[in-house]
Amino acid sequence: MRVCVEGVGLLGPGLCGWQASRAVLTGAEPHLHALTVIPPGDMLPAAERRRIGVPVKLALAVGREAFVNAGRDAAATATVFTSSGGDGENVHQICETLASTEREVSPTRFHNSVHNAAAGYWSIATGSREPSTSLCGYDASFAAGLLEAAAQVTADRTAVALIAYDQRYPQPLHAVRPIGEAFAVALVLAPQRTDRTFAVLDISQVPAEERPTRMTAASLETVRVSVPAGRSLPVLAALARGVAESAILEHVGAYRLRIEVDPC
Amino acid sequence: MNSLGAGRDAIVKSMRAGRSGLAPCNFETVVLDTFVGQVAGLDDMRVRSDLAAYDCRNNRLAQLGLELDGFRTTVALAAEKYGAARIGVFMATSTSGILETELAYRRRDSQTGALPGDFHYAETQNTFSLADFVRRYLALEGPAVVVSSACSASAKAFGSAARMLAAGVCDAAVVGGVDSLCLTTLYGFNSLGLVSRLPCRPYDVERDGISLGEGAGFALIEKPSGSVPENAYALLGIGESSDAYHMSTPHPQGLGAKLAMLRALDSAGLQPADIDYVNLHGTGTRTNDASEDQAVFEIFGDGTPCSSTKGSTGHLLGAAGITEAIVSMLAIEQGSMPGGQPTRAIDPALRSNYLLESTAARVDRVLSNSFGFGGSNCSLVLGRAG
Repeated sequence: MRVCVEGVGLLGPGLCGWQASRAVLTGAEPHLHALTVIPPGDMLPAAERRRIGVPVKLALAVGREAFVNAGRDAAATATVFTSSGGDGENVHQICETLASTEREVSPTRFHNSVHNAAAGYWSIATGSREPSTSLCGYDASFAAGLLEAAAQVTADRTAVALIAYDQRYPQPLHAVRPIGEAFAVALVLAPQRTDRTFAVLDISQVPAEERPTRMTAASLETVRVSVPAGRSLPVLAALARGVAESAILEHVGAYRLRIEVDPC
Repeated sequence: MNSLGAGRDAIVKSMRAGRSGLAPCNFETVVLDTFVGQVAGLDDMRVRSDLAAYDCRNNRLAQLGLELDGFRTTVALAAEKYGAARIGVFMATSTSGILETELAYRRRDSQTGALPGDFHYAETQNTFSLADFVRRYLALEGPAVVVSSACSASAKAFGSAARMLAAGVCDAAVVGGVDSLCLTTLYGFNSLGLVSRLPCRPYDVERDGISLGEGAGFALIEKPSGSVPENAYALLGIGESSDAYHMSTPHPQGLGAKLAMLRALDSAGLQPADIDYVNLHGTGTRTNDASEDQAVFEIFGDGTPCSSTKGSTGHLLGAAGITEAIVSMLAIEQGSMPGGQPTRAIDPALRSNYLLESTAARVDRVLSNSFGFGGSNCSLVLGRAG
């Protein structure tokens, strides 16, 4: 499946926006570890903004950056959201409440507990009535989202934005599912080249014997393996370098995904 | 598999008899004045021993479903035909095995706060657990993923699978939805004031909320080929949309719902008059039924029969879409449109042709609606194969 990349959005530890991170991803500048900058969620009306957690703020911000870079209308574009654990802080708070004698779950916490909370807020923020799905593939959530987005672009001949994000769980869940610093990435993908297209991705399934591509810089490799959405880093590094190369992403079952990045 | 029965024959029989699966809630330690559609026997069973780490209420329910109606054999035959690596697994759930986590939080170490050592996060709580369990249970090696868009999820799983087939990623796909009772949804919907104290009454003038249920449904989908297998149906169209309105309240004029239905008809190349029966999302809340009715009425007028089966099964959340897709296919097979029980007096403000009693009729094409939190909408059009 071949899809055209029009825009990227990125937030992660020491990665503050796609444009600002390109030199780090190419290796021209060192990756300095820093906490992920959490954006304010200012795309939403005040009533909604007060209710959202960190993962939604991240998803909205990287989505907006990718659409600005793509020069495309978010209200007219379908979306694929993917995350391993969604809003882990919210899950923790609900489980604590349910283990107490009162069991008074907050209505806002409950509707924020759905895995598609980020998709719902995105739709409200952008006014988009286009199709949107929300996926989970555990550590392979990014690969699963990319496969779904590429299949939509291919089968429906329409532009799709992929938004992947993950957040660290608080304890005690962190001990059983350690996730590193928060990470979010967005890609605006289209079926045909436009003047905004800067690379083409050719996505295919390859046997699971192929080893996933690692990051050369040790600190970026740490990010890649510590947070599921960070598994996107080899693709982002190839996009940043702007040369033809391929990346292997882990997936489930008999296959991995090979992403051939072809700059244009 | 749901509170109406195990397998298609049992469910057809229950629906014909007008039996409801809803009963007063005595699930776990829940103290709520409500009815639930609970599946019996889940507390005493365990999942297959080679997958013991995946043992949780949701995966037990999945296993029960996979063992019904010869489904496992049907999938094994498809795996022989295409190869296990060419069959994808597209599952849907809203809460996965969160009940395990809820219970584990009661057993945290009093000194350290740690969760008990026998808690398996990845295999139970994580949303992907269901797809991972099902692909291992069926020994399938194709792409596997969970769609989790609240109550539209298992309708949307059909869309993901159909696109993968169209794009050549898979040759066949197992589509499924499983959701099981847990405290998060029971207390959560209660906190929103959306839970009825009686069995839910979709479209009734006195409707006052939902009844929760649990269930599992599975389907094998393949690209059309020369010979049409027995018991095969066609996924004629699918339409998806977002409300862009509110996280837990549907658009008051049903704009998103209408868009999903129109897109489904468009993708099927059909007109509203081609649809014989509409299986409604029909949750029984004041707002859902009013907004859905407006959208259905604007497209189908007051002629096309429609009903909600949630008064019989309860709201199966992430399993609702596929369960109601199967109910729709059974309507075609049986030549009978299910009555929307236990509704007695249809709200006069609602204008669609709501069926109170099961009605015999030739049914060729059905539209089935599934809508969810976050304003996630999906409509399926199903018909006869061949």
